[in-house]
Amino acid sequence: MTGISVLLPIALLLGLGALVAFLWSVRNGQYEDLDGAARRILLDEEPADNQDDS
Amino acid sequence: MATLAPGGLDLFATDAAPGIRRLDLHVPTIHCAGCIRKIESAVRALPGVTHARVNFTTKRLTTEWTEGRLQPAEILAAVEGAGFEARPFAAADAADGAADPASRRLLKAVAVAGFAAMNIMLLSVSVWSGADGATRDLFHLISAGIALPAIVYAGQPFFASAWGALKHGRTNMDVPISIGIILATLLSLHETFTSGRHAYFDAAVMLLFFLLVGRYLDSIMRDRARAGVATLLKQSARGALVRSPDGNTEYRPIEAVAPGMTVLVAAGERMPVDGMVLEGQSAVDRSLVTGESLPEPVSPGGAVLAGTLNIDGPLALKTTAVGEGSFLAEVVRLMEAAEGGRARYTRIADRAARWYAPAVHLTALFTAIGWLAAGAGWHQALVTAIAVLIITCPCALGLAVPAVQVRAASVLMKRGILVKDGSALERLAECDTVVLDKTGTLTLGRPVPAGALPLSRDDLALAAGLAAKSRHPLSRALLAAAKAQGVAPTPVADVREVPGLGLEAQFIGETVKLGRPDWVQAEGGADAHLLQLAFRRGNAPAVRIGFADPLRPDAAEAIARLQAAGLDVRILSGDRAEAVAHVAKALGLSQWAAGQTPGGKLDAITALTRAGHRVLVVGDGLNDAPMLAAGHASIAPASASDAGQTAADLLFLNDSLLAVPQALDVANRANGHVRQNFVAAVGYNILAVPIAIAGFATPLIAAVAMSLSSVVVVLNALRLKAPQ
Repeated sequence: MTGISVLLPIALLLGLGALVAFLWSVRNGQYEDLDGAARRILLDEEPADNQDDS
Repeated sequence: MATLAPGGLDLFATDAAPGIRRLDLHVPTIHCAGCIRKIESAVRALPGVTHARVNFTTKRLTTEWTEGRLQPAEILAAVEGAGFEARPFAAADAADGAADPASRRLLKAVAVAGFAAMNIMLLSVSVWSGADGATRDLFHLISAGIALPAIVYAGQPFFASAWGALKHGRTNMDVPISIGIILATLLSLHETFTSGRHAYFDAAVMLLFFLLVGRYLDSIMRDRARAGVATLLKQSARGALVRSPDGNTEYRPIEAVAPGMTVLVAAGERMPVDGMVLEGQSAVDRSLVTGESLPEPVSPGGAVLAGTLNIDGPLALKTTAVGEGSFLAEVVRLMEAAEGGRARYTRIADRAARWYAPAVHLTALFTAIGWLAAGAGWHQALVTAIAVLIITCPCALGLAVPAVQVRAASVLMKRGILVKDGSALERLAECDTVVLDKTGTLTLGRPVPAGALPLSRDDLALAAGLAAKSRHPLSRALLAAAKAQGVAPTPVADVREVPGLGLEAQFIGETVKLGRPDWVQAEGGADAHLLQLAFRRGNAPAVRIGFADPLRPDAAEAIARLQAAGLDVRILSGDRAEAVAHVAKALGLSQWAAGQTPGGKLDAITALTRAGHRVLVVGDGLNDAPMLAAGHASIAPASASDAGQTAADLLFLNDSLLAVPQALDVANRANGHVRQNFVAAVGYNILAVPIAIAGFATPLIAAVAMSLSSVVVVLNALRLKAPQ
């Protein structure tokens, strides 16, 4: 039981962390230009303004 | 867009933040990483720009700048300077391309349900493998803590839809889903607090997860098609060049044009408004609006309709109608009246739910009664009945349809066919009659030289050299035909374009002319069936070049395939009878009607529907829009008018008419896969329900059965192959 009382919260927190990260990425517009992201990797120099604020 | 006046573009910009202006431009020719960089660095080099980013997927450039430091026209100039064509989005459309809030909401719900399902499963596995006593109760309690908020959040799409249906006295697939989930949750809560052995939190949340995946797939399919349509619609006129009484010209959005204003239309542009010609001589191509294939000459006093193409010379129009009073508004009213039938269509899944929901609920009721009659207590009878509801929850049924339709849509997308929503494929598969428009649907809707060009190679090169200097559709057709024959246009200097008449130049001491036969003084009578240009070099006799609107490539084969598939094929056109008869004969069709008005076409479709036919309508023009809306299903080419594209269920982007039989073929096979999936789902129930009725259904069995049937259904959907 002692092991469980440590491991369970850790498992839940890790899962919750992943969920929060995913929800953040959706809200941040990370999935809005998937084709563009695939092409941009070919650009030599990343332009100065590389943030998507949408 | 050369006609954009500097001040006009500002009307398309919006306020992004205090002191920050924002402009979205559609840049259709972006196709590689290099384009992204060229455009972004060109725009970022402008003063005051705080943000510039290309969205490759939607071919859109978003620019933000500090107010007052930059004129929007400079952005357009920078993009055009980098070698790209750009046009503004109307402010109202700017939000269209952004991810649909409904899809985003569903994606978040999928994430929440997925997280909850995984963590509850973690706990459930240890319960199934033998945890009991206080440990089991604790695990159930933690599961409840995760499941309850997840179900409240992620279950909303289903609860809302089920409630909406029940309120109107109807039932849909979401009703048994919602009842199953809610009862499973209540039963599990009861078990948790009474130290019971079976809690179904895992099954309830997993069910939500699978169903939400299906819902999300459905939603992104619609988004993708809508983004495609939005991109096409952007190519039409969004504004007009207005001349004020003092002689100044200004580019205005179409909403800001009022009757009585004078609008200028250059050759090669579409009329932005209904109007009366004030100045200028020209010919007007009305094929996209009325279906007539021969251009009509117009002169001062003549009336023109919005959407028709000005071919020859610049025109000044007095605006007679915008909005409510225009021909377009008339067509839109007919379209709205026609759309009732399609709205009444019940999707296959909901038709299945009509008998599925009562059957399941009755089974659960009889299970409870049966157990009571057999002497079991209230508690056991209820628990068993609820287990039946959970086992029969239409998890695979919920995925059966969307999985197949998403697969079908992506297969069609690869062939250049856009499907607007899943129900379109269901309706398409039911059609037994095809009604096709002629101009722009069976034919290409653009002129191509009729027969072999009657010019020597040298003369053709020279004529192409003249034609290269003009935007007239016939000139462009001639140039394209010359290039197709491998003839390079001869460079000609100082070409003079005489509006409405033709082109003229001096070439090595000779006068060369390309233009209207009477202007070039060509001999011989005109053939009424053909558009003509004439070419004269020096004092040699003028040569007439005929143009026709040819059938689409593969039109005959497409018709043959449709007939082979057992469909009744007809032509319904707004063009003259002889032009339609000619096409009908070439395609071997005996049923055709010519000279139809938009209302007449609509009536014809309604009559066919009344006679019990399911009509597939293929058309492109503004005059086809009402019949496209009235058809059981409808397909339009990407060259169609805005209204036609909006009304159609499917759009095909290539020239080949084979897209129609291909779409039908995929729709039929998709329907077959949907049926197979239903059989698989029902088969699963036939196996699982007796186990549940007998009281042997444990949460473990429910979880395994549910996942297995869902995976089977999705794999079956993926078997759907591309059309020939």
